Amino acid sequence: MDSSEPSPSGEPDDRPVVPAQRSDQDAYLRVRDLRVRFDTEDGVVRAVDGVSFAVERGRTLGIVGESGSGKSVTSLAILGLHDPKRTTITGEISVGGRQVVGLGDEEVRRLRGRDMAMIFQDPLSALHPYYTVGRQIAEAYRVHHPKANRREARQRAVDMLDRVGIPQPARRFDQYPHEFSGGMRQRAMIAMSLVNDPALLIADEPTTALDVTVQAQILDLLADLQAEFNSAIILITHDLGVVGQVADDVLVMYGGRAVERGSVEQVLRAPQHPYTWGLLSSVPSLHGDADADLVPIPGNPPSLINLPPGCAFHPRCRYADRAGSRSRTEVPELRPAGEGDSAGHLVACHLSAEERATFYAEDIASVGVAR
Amino acid sequence: MTDEPLLRVRGLSKHFPVRQGLRATGLVRAVDGLDFDVRPGETLGLVGESGCGKTTTGRMLVRLLEPTSGSIEFDGRDITHAGRRELRPLRQELQIIFQDPYASLNPRHTVGRIVAMPLQVNGIKPPGGIKARVQELLELVGLNPEHYNRYPHEFSGGQRQRIGIARALALRPKLIVADEPVSALDVSIQAQVVNLLRDLQRELGLAFVFIAHDLAVVRHFCQRVAVMYLGRIVEIGDRADIYERPQHPYTRALLSAIPDVTQLGPAGRIRLTGDVPTPLDPPSGCRFRTRCWKAQDICATEEPALIPRDGGSQATACHFPEGEAARTSPEGEADSTSPEAAESTAQVVEEVPS
Repeated sequence: MDSSEPSPSGEPDDRPVVPAQRSDQDAYLRVRDLRVRFDTEDGVVRAVDGVSFAVERGRTLGIVGESGSGKSVTSLAILGLHDPKRTTITGEISVGGRQVVGLGDEEVRRLRGRDMAMIFQDPLSALHPYYTVGRQIAEAYRVHHPKANRREARQRAVDMLDRVGIPQPARRFDQYPHEFSGGMRQRAMIAMSLVNDPALLIADEPTTALDVTVQAQILDLLADLQAEFNSAIILITHDLGVVGQVADDVLVMYGGRAVERGSVEQVLRAPQHPYTWGLLSSVPSLHGDADADLVPIPGNPPSLINLPPGCAFHPRCRYADRAGSRSRTEVPELRPAGEGDSAGHLVACHLSAEERATFYAEDIASVGVAR
Repeated sequence: MTDEPLLRVRGLSKHFPVRQGLRATGLVRAVDGLDFDVRPGETLGLVGESGCGKTTTGRMLVRLLEPTSGSIEFDGRDITHAGRRELRPLRQELQIIFQDPYASLNPRHTVGRIVAMPLQVNGIKPPGGIKARVQELLELVGLNPEHYNRYPHEFSGGQRQRIGIARALALRPKLIVADEPVSALDVSIQAQVVNLLRDLQRELGLAFVFIAHDLAVVRHFCQRVAVMYLGRIVEIGDRADIYERPQHPYTRALLSAIPDVTQLGPAGRIRLTGDVPTPLDPPSGCRFRTRCWKAQDICATEEPALIPRDGGSQATACHFPEGEAARTSPEGEADSTSPEAAESTAQVVEEVPS
């Protein structure tokens, strides 16, 4: 994950192949059977429906899914940011050994910002336009360091701005968000998130609003900071390319459920779920045959109010019939995908491992553009 | 296919005055002297980062914006400053697809009315009647013709984009300007729309100016590609030239920055530092020089012309293009990341000739 270190061969670095989920017990963040429901006028929205995962310090989990897959709702639940009046949250969320679900407002607030922090997609709306950038960062520090005086907080904020690569941090401290460019604003957001040295960082589409050359800078910065602070990172994105670049483990979500989970090598190199196959073969690539047709997933993502019964993906799955009526009646559980190399690789699919291997080899690996 | 271009753009510029009160205090050179051709049936991609002027260019091509200078010739006619009446017959042959499938459809009109609108405005009476033609168009873009009477809110984002495409096709245009037609869509839906546009382009022999920031999508759609930076084209060429033999440092940096799903781990060897400078006050000489690792004195004083290299169709606006004898070695010194330098210089983390 250290991209500041040039590797003379130009090859991607040799990351050790570690099983995706080692003993969850030492993980900094543990989420078990998380369910988030919203009561709306149109009905109950099951935004997250039984999702489990864990992230250790120093590792990055990429959560992938399309709009409405529940990825952002999951992260807001971890941070305790849902309105308790309208939201029902069940399951376990443990941050550094502390339960978040059911914790009072005041207690979650003490965790948030100090032990866990979030980077939002749109830094312009996440920063207050009326206060200087520096003041907002300094305030985030003083909230959790009540003994620090103004000068110390300012110094800390300037140091953080410097650390995230903002030139002339002392001068920038006194500027307003609108005086920052998009990339600089996202750096300032990162500085604010990291000012209290949180062990868990949740980045929700942190680079989606940025241009590619700036995105590359921000992803490098996150990797550097992670190496320095040994933080656990959750990176929420729809971009499989970004996941391949920075994540250690991947969780693929669909219709509020986890459909596949494993190390980045497992999920992107030997994907098991037909939805993951669909995502991979529908993304255009810079390599491979430019004239090959993209292979889209037919249909549209489901409505969370009216999720298809059984496997939520079955109406869009070309293999749904192979699993018989089960695909329409039974929600598949997240189970080990196979043996040997695939230790820790989980998939929620009614197809057998043999069937998946055959379909993948025949229909996916040989066509499309992602290979 | 003839060699006579369908669209000929020369010296096209758009400058927006910046006012404070009544006084003009500056000029945003959003587009500053573009030259390019599009032949019949050809797909040209306009790519670049935000603020490079690609959208402004697209809007000038369909004359939603008035060019400040330069000329646009369409099918042999000069349309740079054509008036409303002159434009009307022309709009039949020159259509646009917008980025936002939510904002570009009137929510109070049925799909049938939206798609029929161009026919009615132009007083065209198709042989089988308007309704039959609209249903034919809906079918062509993969929508159910029975949904003629539905409203836009009843459709998903991808379906709405199809409605926009059906509307653009209603008058059998020769050229379609597509401004980021898939960037607002989910990935699985993006592929559906890209495939649809590709099929239509082939079946109907349409020419496209395809505006996008996503170079991977452009690679799958366009035969030729123009890379823009701060209002200018820095490189133009066939797809294979641009993606496999990019000669402009900016094109190389842009390609290198894209996280590609086929590559795991930290990818990309070139890192540009800083952001794109403001078009209010673009750098002198070569506009990319403030972020370029090859910049020399000449780059600050002389603007490089877009000139063809190797006698081919690829043209590059650079004093030190790739693959030339006078190749400067990139610097990768760590001190160029110092905060003072970070905003104005470029750094190559590592560079390996591929």
